[in-house]
Amino acid sequence: MSISSSRLEILKTYKVYIGGQFPRTESGRYYIASNKKGLALANVCLCSRKDFKDSVVAARNAFAGWSSRAAFNRGQILYRIAEMLEGRKAQFVEELTKQDLTKAAAIAEVESCIDRLIYYSGWCDKFQQIFSAVNPVASSHFNFSVPEPMGVVAAVAPQNTSLLGLVSLIAPIIAGGNTIIILGSTQMPLSAITFAEVLHSSDLPGGVVNILTGKVSELLPYFAEHMDVNAVAFCEPDNAAQQLLKDKAAMNMKRVIIKDDMKWSTATAQSPYMIMDFQEIKTTWHPIENIGGAKAGY
Amino acid sequence: MIFWISLIITIKIERMSKAIKKNTIQLKFDSARVYEPALESKSAAKIKPVYDLFINGKFEKPLSKKYFNTINPASEEILSSVAMAGKADVNKAVLAARNAYERTWKKMPAAERAKYIYRIARMIQEKAREFAIIETLDGGKPIRESRDFDVPTAANHFFYYAGWADKLEYAFPNRKAMPLGVAGQIIPWNFPLLMAAWKIAPALATGNTVVLKPAETTPLTALKLAEIIQEADLPPGVVNIITGAGATGADMVNHPDINKIAFTGSTAVGKIIQRAIAGTNKKATLELGGKAANIIFDDAPLDQAVEGVINGIFFNQGHVCCAGSRLYVQESVYEQVIQKLKDRMETLIVGNPMDKNTDVGAINSREQLATIQRYIKLGNQEGAEMYQSACALPKKGFFCKPTIFTNVAQSNRIAQEEIFGPVLAIQSFRTDDEVIEKANNTAFGLSAGIWTDKGSKIFNLTSKMRAGVVWANTYNKFDPTSPFGGYKESGYGREGGLHGLFPYVKLV
Repeated sequence: MSISSSRLEILKTYKVYIGGQFPRTESGRYYIASNKKGLALANVCLCSRKDFKDSVVAARNAFAGWSSRAAFNRGQILYRIAEMLEGRKAQFVEELTKQDLTKAAAIAEVESCIDRLIYYSGWCDKFQQIFSAVNPVASSHFNFSVPEPMGVVAAVAPQNTSLLGLVSLIAPIIAGGNTIIILGSTQMPLSAITFAEVLHSSDLPGGVVNILTGKVSELLPYFAEHMDVNAVAFCEPDNAAQQLLKDKAAMNMKRVIIKDDMKWSTATAQSPYMIMDFQEIKTTWHPIENIGGAKAGY
Repeated sequence: MIFWISLIITIKIERMSKAIKKNTIQLKFDSARVYEPALESKSAAKIKPVYDLFINGKFEKPLSKKYFNTINPASEEILSSVAMAGKADVNKAVLAARNAYERTWKKMPAAERAKYIYRIARMIQEKAREFAIIETLDGGKPIRESRDFDVPTAANHFFYYAGWADKLEYAFPNRKAMPLGVAGQIIPWNFPLLMAAWKIAPALATGNTVVLKPAETTPLTALKLAEIIQEADLPPGVVNIITGAGATGADMVNHPDINKIAFTGSTAVGKIIQRAIAGTNKKATLELGGKAANIIFDDAPLDQAVEGVINGIFFNQGHVCCAGSRLYVQESVYEQVIQKLKDRMETLIVGNPMDKNTDVGAINSREQLATIQRYIKLGNQEGAEMYQSACALPKKGFFCKPTIFTNVAQSNRIAQEEIFGPVLAIQSFRTDDEVIEKANNTAFGLSAGIWTDKGSKIFNLTSKMRAGVVWANTYNKFDPTSPFGGYKESGYGREGGLHGLFPYVKLV
């Protein structure tokens, strides 16, 4: 509580989130995030290729642990992220209104994000039951197919929201056991960074989610061509960018997932298919011996 | 003279080497069971002296005006006095559930319903130690089991089903899943809190409301759950918890405004229920008794198998519907396995359930102990050979020594009927076909255990067991995502997993 109107406010430095820590961009560069009226809101990190490469290392290191946790445990952590976001609702509403949303729209956006996190928390230990199969092969084998996470995903958050698009990508991607490096909205970067603080207080291991800010056009080629990234996600209806992405991704066959027709603020934007978009399918065979009377099989 | 001495020496050496080969060297267990007491403190648990019925969001005095005591079976001391719901109380509870269903729960968006169930899960986690202590005091199971298994699994069950509430359209392709209405649920005394979770969670997730009756000897954790339900602000009447005995259950089964009966308990009562609802529109799921066979093949990892068998029959004092209460051992490893079993039994600590060292706690009630003792006597009469561990039993309370029977015949009553205690009936076998036939040859079909190192044999056997749950190279494993339920007279319907949603929906 400010005692008097002459008390000076402490301004927040918006650093990035890599490997569970909050470093500044190694490039030392910044850009000015401003609202529609041109009012400067913050000096935001203009992330570099090196920041991205460091993030991939962090995400890769975190992948083995995150993907081998019990699905239930991942669900608990996503629920905790929702708890933390709910606790900080007022802060996020204020930050969104600074970035030109009306108060009502800001509240709706934050509540959608909380509910979306709960939604995906519930899917963590259930999508496998819907999308797996025991296959009735004709030979005497026990044969089953299961989804497995792709690995490290490099994502560009939908650019026209500060928080909702970011959360709508992060949640299904990590719910499925992947780790992620995500570039926030260039025009409205603030909530991405504040969301990192929410993640950081949610028992989420460092490196599972890494959040960068900067220019899409500068960083997209690096997202596309990094040889230790398993999949890239992009949400803008920009043909040239999509073509660049798919072209460079061919180098290591990384999976390119384009989500440019989503209405993020509606229920159609959340589904287990968003999780499956970032899953492989593994099929396993094991013989069933056929000794004695009736034939055995599944 | 020298001839006779050397003959005697030769015979003695032969006997010794035979004993070493057969692994019949006597192990000494005098110090095995002597541990310093490691008592859990009761201080974290608050038990009220009197509990009323939880109806419509409040604790209400029973219209029957009757109460009954619940005791600690390890010490026989009275823990609390709980209400005995009479017919008028059952009517009141069902009416509350019906009103809550029609006016509130049916209309609530599924994602909001989910949030209430998540609250319940999180609050159980917050109060985990209190629940574990009360479960042990009221039911007699070791504190290690309440703390490490019952309570976390119950919380996880609520958390799992909370997640399904707004996702039912994915669970049933091409169908819309509608709730049934009011579910009447009757649960047993062997896993009181866990059984309450197994019943309430899927019912709420699919949009039904609930009237639940805990078992007569173990009402307390269900009543603690009622307190959490109040704290979670669940709309009044969505869950009602009424304590009582067999008559209360019968009143629920016969109530005309209940759409669905869910019962876990003995096969005998399950049959009574099925007859009682015949000709009505009521749906039912029954999770009944079992007489599961554990099968040890000659290529099984023997030490692990023995550990699995011991866990299978002595975990929770054998008060488990899916307990591995029969054992079939392939002939070539029979003597080794029996010896290992006996040795392992000698290390089991039977005692005060509140002691963290205790492996086998108290039998749940005087009646159940009498039943077990009758079967032990019967086993001896039927010609089987009994072995019990040499442990000392506490002087007060209801306790039973871990018991095995060898020389059992397939038609013996101790091999066919459910004892529900720490008593194992053992037979040997020679071929795969023989043991498959014998394992399936009871009226039950709840579970089975297969022990072999050979993968292809595992899937051969598991596909041939006529049982709803088959464990391969493990036993007594449970998870909220894993469907559980029986074949044949072990009942029908599944609890847990995606298949656990089916019993609570109407597919349109």
